[in-house]
Amino acid sequence: MSTLQVSLYRYNPETDSAPYMEEFQVDTQGRDLMVLDVLHLVKEQDNGLAYRRSCREGVCGSDGMNMNGKNGLACITPLSEVVKNNKLTLRPLPGLPVIRDLVVDMGLFYKQYERIQPYLQNDTPAPAIERLQSPEDRDKLDGLYECILCACCSTSCPSFWWNPDKFVGPAGLLQAYRFLADSRDEATRERLEGLEDPFSVFRCRGIMNCVAVCPKGLNPTRAIGKIREMLLANAT
Amino acid sequence: MSNMRSLTFDAIIIGGGGSGLRAALELAKSGKKTAVLSKVFPTRSHTVSAQGGITCAIASADPNDDWRWHMYDTVKGGDYIADQDAAEYMCSEGPKAVFELEHMGLPFSRFDNGRIYQRPFGGQSKNFGEGGQAARTCAAADRTGHALLHTLYQNNLKNNTTFLNEWYAVDLVKNANGDVVGCIAMDIESGEVVHVKSKATVLATGGSGRIYASTTNALINTGDGIGMALRAGFPMQDMEMWQFHPTGIYGAGTLVTEGCRGEGGYLINKDGERFMERYAPNAKDLAGRDVVARSMVMEILEGRGCGENGDHVYLKLDHLGEEVLGKRLPGIVELSKTFAHVDPAKEPIPVVPTCHYMMGGVPTNVHGQAIMQDGEGNDQIVNGLYAVGEAACVSVHGANRLGGNSLLDLVVFGRAAGMFIESALNEGVDYLAASESDVASAMKRITRWNESESGETVPELKRELQDTMQNAFGVFRQEENMQEGVKKLAELRERIAHAYLPDKSNAFNTARVEALELDNLMEVAEATAIAALERKESRGAHSRYDYPDRDDANWLKHSLYFPAEKRLGKRDVNFAPKTVDMFEPKVRTY
Amino acid sequence: MVTNITNFGRSGLSDWLVQRVSAIILALYTLFIVGYLLFHPGLDYAAWSGLFAQTWMRIFSLLAFVSLSAHAWVGLWTVTTDYLKPTGIRIATQTVIILAIFVFLVWGIQVLWGA
Repeated sequence: MSTLQVSLYRYNPETDSAPYMEEFQVDTQGRDLMVLDVLHLVKEQDNGLAYRRSCREGVCGSDGMNMNGKNGLACITPLSEVVKNNKLTLRPLPGLPVIRDLVVDMGLFYKQYERIQPYLQNDTPAPAIERLQSPEDRDKLDGLYECILCACCSTSCPSFWWNPDKFVGPAGLLQAYRFLADSRDEATRERLEGLEDPFSVFRCRGIMNCVAVCPKGLNPTRAIGKIREMLLANAT
Repeated sequence: MSNMRSLTFDAIIIGGGGSGLRAALELAKSGKKTAVLSKVFPTRSHTVSAQGGITCAIASADPNDDWRWHMYDTVKGGDYIADQDAAEYMCSEGPKAVFELEHMGLPFSRFDNGRIYQRPFGGQSKNFGEGGQAARTCAAADRTGHALLHTLYQNNLKNNTTFLNEWYAVDLVKNANGDVVGCIAMDIESGEVVHVKSKATVLATGGSGRIYASTTNALINTGDGIGMALRAGFPMQDMEMWQFHPTGIYGAGTLVTEGCRGEGGYLINKDGERFMERYAPNAKDLAGRDVVARSMVMEILEGRGCGENGDHVYLKLDHLGEEVLGKRLPGIVELSKTFAHVDPAKEPIPVVPTCHYMMGGVPTNVHGQAIMQDGEGNDQIVNGLYAVGEAACVSVHGANRLGGNSLLDLVVFGRAAGMFIESALNEGVDYLAASESDVASAMKRITRWNESESGETVPELKRELQDTMQNAFGVFRQEENMQEGVKKLAELRERIAHAYLPDKSNAFNTARVEALELDNLMEVAEATAIAALERKESRGAHSRYDYPDRDDANWLKHSLYFPAEKRLGKRDVNFAPKTVDMFEPKVRTY
Repeated sequence: MVTNITNFGRSGLSDWLVQRVSAIILALYTLFIVGYLLFHPGLDYAAWSGLFAQTWMRIFSLLAFVSLSAHAWVGLWTVTTDYLKPTGIRIATQTVIILAIFVFLVWGIQVLWGA
């Protein structure tokens, strides 16, 4: 049989007093669809299902969700990778308020991103051409700038669950290091001063859920370690 | 209407992709009260999917590079219906715009001397086509769009731009004089519908590839700006010109950058033959995209396609080696593994021409001001309406866009529109306010859906529309087929006008958004179809079996589609660049 | 930057450093005690109190006590800020913890240097 059992987290604030799980049968015709394709099929059965999606190729970061217990992007997760016993359970990203169904309020996540001043700071007057950067210095940004802000990492991080208002979280810290590591950025000292409190960086306990779920294969834990090294070097 | 909330801005930018964010940045710096209204969080916009790079004569790979050579390539690539004053502006202003991006922090890849890395792309030449292949596309590995979009968003944060994220623009509001004075928009999260009043309304809504069944475009590319402008009665230019990208992954439709061929990859048929050597002996796999796409379809039609059904060809990359792939094309390696189940370091990628880019759009001048025609066929500015990026037709791409020119288009004209709007606002803008009935007429459509009680639903109608476009308006076109397509679309329009929205809830109702998007797809599809049927020649991306040749005597013109009468008119192409001699139309070979 | 007045060093970096340095001291102390016990199978009270009569052992032990206090405070402060969200309960718990640590530390010093 090619009928997949899909269990979906449902919540519509206008009609439901509490969230609940709803079961759907989806005919996959035996194909190894992506989870996002399955959602499209469910939406044809129930027009009211809400989820975010855009690029459908894993670069826009819209469709982060919890699939059979693990965060990831629905559009690049094939059923063969997550489905066990013909059953797929889909829930919103954990730890953030749910707006409707699989749509979460990303406000806190974005706030933490904005807090690390995610933009290049350089007050030296720019040359008439580009600022030069050696390939070696540019290589230091690899594994950092590729973040798509899908929030899979931060919402799988227990430290972020407990302190989403104070702990920057893996995604924000990865970007904090992306600018600390940029040879063109001049605000290193100010950036570090903004991070040395007990929460912003130091709530990371090295659980490494972030590394396990990142759909782009990035390593926020390593970046956090580098930030700690820089803080230490700066303060001792 | 009186209970509807209103918001007032100096300028409202609809769309948070590259062009919208670039325009917004300029206006945020000016201190004007500006907001970006985007149906997705800005970094989810389709610019993020751009891979290969941004083409610009910054003279890094070749210190003697010249923007005039880039302009020549652009005009030739567009099969001579690109406006030469606009191409001149884009290519000469380009370096400034690219250096600005670098100064903002865009993590470009680098050459050993520390300058921005540039790779060869299709249709690029030195010395006006006489000096061989150029390498003019500035790249951040194969994630240039992602890097560019994030950089622009970050700098908008730095400059405190106001964002209305996850808001959906429904329709334009026109005053009694026909000036655009704002729009009706819906906050998706709450479902609240708001009247946004603005002295300048900028359509930065991107393309509409989702009118086709198979496309490299994001699911959000539904031509919302084009739909709004057409419903408001404004004409569209060159809507028949749709670029089919040679290398969409077979089956999935996801894009594989032209940069693959720029880095040395090439296409092969089922016999392993590098067939582009036959079709374009000089540029080979780096000929214009329209040329390569047609050659691929010819190979398939003549029985040399690959796979069980012989319906695709292969892109060979394995000879580049893992190091080059890992360094220059890491995203492609990922995408191939995910969507084609092949490791390009070992096997070729199955590819097929796939709808990619809309060369047409809202006709504008280089300042982004929308243009219509008066009764005598003279250009006339539409007060209050601007368009930038893929939604606009300036036109720098003519009948076929060159790879890497879209990102340049976004930043150059986003910036230009921002600067122009700032100065226009400084000089003072005073339009008649919209009356209650003006607002009511902009509310008509959303009210129609909200009051629908029965009828066909959106997904089925959308699929039929996409299949119709795919079958009748693909790489090769033909009169009879297109006539049938136009008929089918007329019938679909009627059915969509009576379609049904079952879910009327307010909070994050994506079904309502998809219903509103379907209306826009319909507008774009019909404009495309009628323009394609009426342009009786082959030029650039528009190839007809029944009119296989370019017809400069009749069609060295823009097409202009008028929605009220569903009529196709013509508009002169600009052949008067300001600082260089114009490029005479020549036979286009690669 | 997140500011906190209940945090000891007011800095995550110093907390982090204190936690690691104290952990090393505690590890060394534990290794020493375990090793001592293993190498003295027939240990009696005289030998044991003789060990603690030596000044270097008293200093080493005091160092371990201080490390334990600091380690416990940093760790428990973190736990309370993670899990105890109501401010009143959190401050009360933190007060109990710091008092207990203080009592144990003073008591430990008395045991070590007294009599």
